[in-house]
Amino acid sequence: MSRSNTDHLGRPVVVVTGMGVVSSLGTGKSENWKNLTAGKSGIHSITRFSTEGLRTTVAGTVDFMNIEPMSAPALTFALASSATGEAIDEAGFSGKDFPGPLFLAAPPVELEWHHRGEIYAQDIDGNEVGYAKLLKAAREKKRQDMFELIQFSRTADLLAEKHKTKGLPISLSTACASGTTAIQMGVEAIRRGECTTALCVGTDGSVQTESLIRFSLLSALTTQNDEPEKAAKPFSKDRDGFVMAEGAGALVLESLESAEARGAEILAIVRGCGEKADDFHRTRSSPDGSPVIAAVQHGLDDAGLDSSEISYINAHGTSTPENDRMEYNSLKAVFGDQIHQIPISSNKSMIGHALTAAGAIEAVFSVLTIREGVIPPTINYTNPDPDIPLDVVPDVSRKAEVNNVLSNSFGFGGQNACLVLGRA
Amino acid sequence: MTSNNEVWITGIGLISSLGEGGDAHWQTLTSPSPAQPVINSETTAPYSFHPLIEPDWATQISRRDKRQMEPWMQIGSYAAGLALDDAGMKGDEELCSTMDMIVAAGGGERDIETDGAIHEDALHSSDPDTLLNERLSNDLRPTLFLAQLSNLLAGNISIVHKVTGSSRTFMGEESAGISAIQTAAARIASGQSDHILVGGAYNSARPDMMLTFELGHYLWNKAPTGVAARAKSGNGGIILGSVGIFLVLESRQHAEARGKTAYAKIDAVAADHGSRSEGEAIKRGQALRNGLEVSSDIPTLSAATSIADIYGEEMQVLGDNSPIRCYGNQFGHSVEAQFPLGIALAALALSNNGFYPPFEQGEREAASSSDKILVSCFGHWRGEGLAVISNHKAEG
Repeated sequence: MSRSNTDHLGRPVVVVTGMGVVSSLGTGKSENWKNLTAGKSGIHSITRFSTEGLRTTVAGTVDFMNIEPMSAPALTFALASSATGEAIDEAGFSGKDFPGPLFLAAPPVELEWHHRGEIYAQDIDGNEVGYAKLLKAAREKKRQDMFELIQFSRTADLLAEKHKTKGLPISLSTACASGTTAIQMGVEAIRRGECTTALCVGTDGSVQTESLIRFSLLSALTTQNDEPEKAAKPFSKDRDGFVMAEGAGALVLESLESAEARGAEILAIVRGCGEKADDFHRTRSSPDGSPVIAAVQHGLDDAGLDSSEISYINAHGTSTPENDRMEYNSLKAVFGDQIHQIPISSNKSMIGHALTAAGAIEAVFSVLTIREGVIPPTINYTNPDPDIPLDVVPDVSRKAEVNNVLSNSFGFGGQNACLVLGRA
Repeated sequence: MTSNNEVWITGIGLISSLGEGGDAHWQTLTSPSPAQPVINSETTAPYSFHPLIEPDWATQISRRDKRQMEPWMQIGSYAAGLALDDAGMKGDEELCSTMDMIVAAGGGERDIETDGAIHEDALHSSDPDTLLNERLSNDLRPTLFLAQLSNLLAGNISIVHKVTGSSRTFMGEESAGISAIQTAAARIASGQSDHILVGGAYNSARPDMMLTFELGHYLWNKAPTGVAARAKSGNGGIILGSVGIFLVLESRQHAEARGKTAYAKIDAVAADHGSRSEGEAIKRGQALRNGLEVSSDIPTLSAATSIADIYGEEMQVLGDNSPIRCYGNQFGHSVEAQFPLGIALAALALSNNGFYPPFEQGEREAASSSDKILVSCFGHWRGEGLAVISNHKAEG
């Protein structure tokens, strides 16, 4: 059966032809999927740096990339590079120049304490203190590697140069919705006819002392350190915060026409994207949920689907008291009582919250859910929150025919973005 | 959906070391007695910077909101408010709640005092790791984290000015500003959006940000002088400048339907990226320029930073026939905000049927007024972008 190359609004249909992933559960789709559907947790006690005296000592760090010397930007690039390589291989572009632009969701970078500490100790006897001392030391000794490491464009520069993507790569941040935004921007570029392929990547390797403490000071993190693998418990009554994590997800997007013309395997269709900014508070969502409701509705409208056509929801599900309640209330507003029949699970119960990368990783897992006909569980669901009566696919994965997935991502700064992914 | 809407610039919000508002900047920059740049060479000596004027913040940001932001976010939120005012959209719930937004941002300010104190104590500590954990847990202000997140300038604009259609933040030094303008214009042209707030902000009075440049020896540390003069002195060097710049871009149809005229329109934005080995940026820049099909003598606004190698390559691409104005002479370098600033300056010139007098000795006089202006930005480290801005009333 031949299908239309354009969607319900006359735009090019956008499909996924390659995917790659790294998380605390492992490298690559195969290892991740095996662990994810087995309900395995990648959360563990932090060993990367001293957690002496800290309220939170667990995270979903990725400790198997062999980065030397270790820094957040170096790990962030290594994660992105791994996931991107896998996606490009699958799409059939390995060894070739990638024929489209790069949209990269990456965390903000800055000098870390050990970087500044090294500079600060350069001239121990000098009279200056504070930044005057740091600037004087920098003036006296050039550190080109350190300069390059903290350029905000660096990860995208390196990826673009490695895969010879087209044009000026875009590095973006919409906080914890960034990975979703990267995909959305790829979809939009293809729909505009600017390109027929786009490389969309979300990456985050920024679990370090200060970032952990900063989130901790905002009371955003769990303090359930004793059994790390049980710390992330979305939709449970005793959830008390998210678990910071690392990883990367990469997707090759392509117009259906281009994919079919070159005989590429079509993994899924990106049916629609929705977003809506919130003006209520810097870290909290509008109490009435209206921006999240609007983002979900925009995603469904963009996809040309009715809410009854969604067969599974990949939740943002961070395991903070506020997010999970807000997400439920907002979904209920869109789906009505039907929401209680739709399976919804949170990958974060196992991989933690990979922040900038989360949306891209969860998009990869959403496509795998469709293709494999298995819904990954929400683990650690031993104490359900009675105010969130959802079918969270508790603890054990479930076989199911999944045609359309809604994947949610919300972030600080009023960021709300949703994807609707469908069976090819 | 291959639409091709005209991309109109219908609002400019600009604040810098020179003043506040588009018209005030035009007057200052074109006054018969040449404007002198405003430069502070003392506070962060030996580094100079162009400090922001002190605006009446309360006209755009409530005291309560202002307390939640560090200076770069204040500068950006203020400029965004000016742009919305200028476009006649401020406080219009229907227009603001459907307005898209793209912000070009770097990182926020660190707590300079806390950083310095902890480093000083760590020098004398036998267990610096535990000291760091203790001190950060006790000394960091929780709200400071939010002031450092790149996307929180956009977040604050949503809160302060109720711009909530969409919110995206681009990062990556000068490239962030180029991509922001390019993407915003493409969304309007294609019909994906009909009104967008786009821009960025930079606070130059920041030793922490100066440090990131100085690690690679990119800062000018001698007596301030012009962009070309610095570029011809050794490796050159950047003088940073504080700028808040936001533009309201609108499809022609959307603007006309509400009876709004434009400063100018964005005809094209072209951008690329790659190695900076000798001659590479020239090849890319020439390909971009050739694609734009502009005349060899088009008046040009350059965001040149004065880093010697890339300055020389950019000038080769721009050629000898054009009157070129390096606006960093007047504003300093505002990194992510510098390309959007050039777009605004081009729009102001076109709407006044004029161009700018030379900003530095050696810049040639413009022969006559033009219906088109080229804006050029070759980033200090990576990224190259060109834009053609034209008079929307001109034929053809």
